Amino acid sequence: MNDTSLKGYKGRAKEVLQSLGGRVWANVVLQTDRGDFEGVILPRSETADGDHIVLKLKSGYNIGIRSDRIQKIVETGYKEAIYKIPEKEFPRSPEKPNVTLLGTGGTIASRLDYRTGAVIPAFTPGELYGAVPELADICNLETIKLFGVFSENMGPMQWITLSEEIGRQIEKGASGIVIGHGTDTMHHTSAILSFMVQNSPVPIVMVGSQRSSDRPSSDAAFNLRCASYTAGHSDIAETMVCMFGPTSDEYNLLHRGTRVRKMHSSYRSTFRTIGDVPIAMVTPDHVIPIKTDYKRRRNDCNVDVKAVFEEMVAIVYYYPNMRPDIIESLIDNGYKGIVIAGTGLGHVNKPLYPALKKARDKGIAVFMTVQTLWGYVQMYVYDTGRDMMELGVIPAENMLPEVAYVKLGWILAQTTDPAKVREMMLAPIAGEITEREPFDGYLILQGGIPEVEKFIGQYHR
Amino acid sequence: MDFSNLNINDNALYESMGFICGLEIHQQLATQKKLFCHCPVGLTNRKYDAEILRHMRPTLSELGEYDGTALMEFKTKKEVIYRLYRDRTCTYEMDDTPPFLVNQQAIDYAIRIALLFNCRIVDEIHVIRKQYLDGSIPTGFQRTMIIGVDGWIPYKDRRIQITQINLEEEACREVSDIGHLIVFATDRLSTPLVEIITGSDMKNPAEAAEVCRLLGNSMKITGLVRRGIGTVRQDVNVSVAGGTRVEIKGVFKVGNIKHLTAVEALRQKGLLELKNKFNDRFGSNPKIEYKEENLTPQFSGSKDIIGRRLESDRPLKVLGLSLPDLADFVSHPLQPDWDFGSELSGRVRVIACIDSKPNLFFYSHRHRYDIPDTVWDNIRNKWQSRSNDDVVLICGPSADVTTAVNEIKIRIGELAIGVVNETRQDMKDGTTDFERILPGPDRMYPDTDHPPVKITDSRVENNRRYLSEPLWDRQKRWVAMGLSGELVNALSLSSYADILEPLAQDNKMPLKRAAYILVGMLTDLRRSGYDLRKADRERLKRIIESALIEKWPHKRLKAALIMLAHGDSNPQETKESFSPAAFDKFWEDAQNKFNSGTSNDKCGKFRRFITGRLIEQFPHHSEEVLTRIAQRLDCK
Repeated sequence: MNDTSLKGYKGRAKEVLQSLGGRVWANVVLQTDRGDFEGVILPRSETADGDHIVLKLKSGYNIGIRSDRIQKIVETGYKEAIYKIPEKEFPRSPEKPNVTLLGTGGTIASRLDYRTGAVIPAFTPGELYGAVPELADICNLETIKLFGVFSENMGPMQWITLSEEIGRQIEKGASGIVIGHGTDTMHHTSAILSFMVQNSPVPIVMVGSQRSSDRPSSDAAFNLRCASYTAGHSDIAETMVCMFGPTSDEYNLLHRGTRVRKMHSSYRSTFRTIGDVPIAMVTPDHVIPIKTDYKRRRNDCNVDVKAVFEEMVAIVYYYPNMRPDIIESLIDNGYKGIVIAGTGLGHVNKPLYPALKKARDKGIAVFMTVQTLWGYVQMYVYDTGRDMMELGVIPAENMLPEVAYVKLGWILAQTTDPAKVREMMLAPIAGEITEREPFDGYLILQGGIPEVEKFIGQYHR
Repeated sequence: MDFSNLNINDNALYESMGFICGLEIHQQLATQKKLFCHCPVGLTNRKYDAEILRHMRPTLSELGEYDGTALMEFKTKKEVIYRLYRDRTCTYEMDDTPPFLVNQQAIDYAIRIALLFNCRIVDEIHVIRKQYLDGSIPTGFQRTMIIGVDGWIPYKDRRIQITQINLEEEACREVSDIGHLIVFATDRLSTPLVEIITGSDMKNPAEAAEVCRLLGNSMKITGLVRRGIGTVRQDVNVSVAGGTRVEIKGVFKVGNIKHLTAVEALRQKGLLELKNKFNDRFGSNPKIEYKEENLTPQFSGSKDIIGRRLESDRPLKVLGLSLPDLADFVSHPLQPDWDFGSELSGRVRVIACIDSKPNLFFYSHRHRYDIPDTVWDNIRNKWQSRSNDDVVLICGPSADVTTAVNEIKIRIGELAIGVVNETRQDMKDGTTDFERILPGPDRMYPDTDHPPVKITDSRVENNRRYLSEPLWDRQKRWVAMGLSGELVNALSLSSYADILEPLAQDNKMPLKRAAYILVGMLTDLRRSGYDLRKADRERLKRIIESALIEKWPHKRLKAALIMLAHGDSNPQETKESFSPAAFDKFWEDAQNKFNSGTSNDKCGKFRRFITGRLIEQFPHHSEEVLTRIAQRLDCK
């Protein structure tokens, strides 16, 4: 009996299955001290306890049965869950744009095996066509699976591989790139791609889902359709995040890769442009621009890829009573760059000053951003700010902390000359620093206020 | 089939048809909070605070094969609007937050109900997702879990199996469903409920209704469930020999079950007759030569119902479809005032979203519409229709008309099957109509958002201690006491039934009168605004006891009960405060108060007045109070 036949089982439950001859995916009658149970033995979640055996009953329900009650297991059949989706050829036509979908992990589309409840991912064009057939009306789709990692495990290695692949696809003549990505760190990746891949002639669109694709209420299919349309048809040649505008199924927003942030742990409309307005609204068949200052699509296949990253960079989220040892430990561990998310206009407490001075003396680049997320670092307003600038802390304008972090890592891999680092950090490449914050760049409607309630009562959110 | 002399009480008839019926009772639990979030349970009649719009998309393999066309068709179906209420819903109901850990109070209540019905409690609860694409749940699935299996209740001389008891979240309330737009209120969503599933053990319509009532009442008297309109709904599965399981969803009143199951059995019988006729006429591989024609120009500008409909803002199409050699099928009765043509209408209403009434116009039914005969004759002449050829006219948005034509052909093809495996809805007029095709085995898969919940033996035993005597045992005793069937039924539902038991220990007690007071008088009083359900049980019992022993007149008992209901009797009363001196003082004060009034009545009125006052003041000594009043006053 191999390992997969007892998938996820441990402890007493595993012993019982082994000694009584039970295996996963088998149709069985479990004879227990409380009567018989008939069903299919399912794999057990790795994190669940080692006392119970999971059975899918004929009614479709699952129950856990305490393994010490089981006296006998009679196998009446066996059928393994099928983890493969039959492919159907993706219809291609010369009139449609060629879009390349790069997969980084997570599931964009999936199907359920109802017998077992297993969720099986769909990724190849053929599989995706089966799941989201509307894609065939939008573009000719190519898919490349780069890696299968959860969003939180994306890091410099993946960013570099991804950037290089984007470069190759653009040079091969793709009309647009879609990147399937987990949502947690989508804004980190969108920011670093904005720096690593410059002057793209085509749209680079990141997309994911907040409700998994195995559920009927999933946002995945709509997101994918909007993203494919943007990649294939829009004239916005920038790195963008394409996710739900409101929580209703109405339209998506295209957020500039360096100004976007995940702002809610679970809402569909979690991505928001911070300190500016989004580039455009998009549906599966049209784009409505909001901004006009975006880079336009070109007909060439030229792109600049600078895929490098210095990993010894950190973000420090300041809190009252922070002690200097936090900064000192970064210095002692050889960090080359620090991004501080300071309070208010960009402040930290006095006890940190000696540590900041020490950092400067060691040649560590220290930049200040704001944990308020909205607004600029303004270190001239108070003495504290001026004192810190004396210590070498450089205000990073209105760059978001995560964006400053990836940009600093990207720069430090190219130069360690403090003046050059400073110059590059403060010269905007992809809208990460803006000269002006528009009046409607900060709008968090406050619930409860009569006019807001009126607005909410009138529009689907 | 002749429905004009429908007899739903002819048990032998239904049993001879091989009638079997199973029940699924959905009963909301009386928890404070919802099942997977911390919102308070309860409906609201306030205007909604916000709305969101969603679509439901079948996940892959929902439709069996990877049929892109089928998916595309589905996509065009419905826009779903959810109404949100600040005081009743949070982001969980919006499907914008994963579930919180399941409400433990709800699990305990469900365990108690499962124990009441003699179920085995599962060792480990697994939350499962059961897919619903009708939009009634924003996630597209209902979270549900088995609590107990393999139970039973005694009925007549046998046992009715309780195959499964589930704990699950309630769906939304439907506000409206017009064309391609369906609107739901989310206040009810996620209210905890138990689903009781019986075996197909009921052999005739009367049994179905009786068992349903027994199960429902058994739960009601536990105090664990919510009461009132809409807190309980039953799905009824019916089949006859040669037929197949048809589920009637959401039967509104238990009282309708007998009628609806009888009608459904006869509908299945009718469909089986049509099956034979269809197969005889069209053979095993039916090729029906339908004719179709766009008749929009003929009807635009006409004064009849179709012409008037065409004046809508949206562009509509009128299509004529011939139904060759099928006129006798169309008008074959299947339910009261309901024939196979109505069956086709139901399909078209649900699948093609054409829901103006009537949505199909049959030549066979032409007397029902104001379409002139000449119009029909023109069409039929052109098509050279024979006498048993029917014509149906369909009016709606072009895409929907195409879907409708397709669906009509599908349904006619299904005549060869006989009874179609489907769910039907209670139309509240004694008939049922198509709701949806049963999606094969239920679409269920594990809820990865929620860990399994282990149920220990000690938790089960703790819950067992809260169980009161099951209703069927009480009923047996009441019958033994000599109470009539009617009184037993009424007592089964009464929340005062527990008062009867101690009274029965005194064999001189007039039990029938006691039962009448409990079920009749207390209910009347509640309807007039005097609710005694929250009154002190002990005092209520003593008042009734005194009334029975001393043979109080009705009015006097009523007065005492009203006072108790008001809850304004003196809670400070103790043995000490009921001293002769205190009694005299109170009497005197009452007399002065009475005399200062304008009434010119004398002893009788005073007696009523003082009785009320005294019982209010000395509620624990009502018997003695009454004796003393009798001593002091000699008026009758």
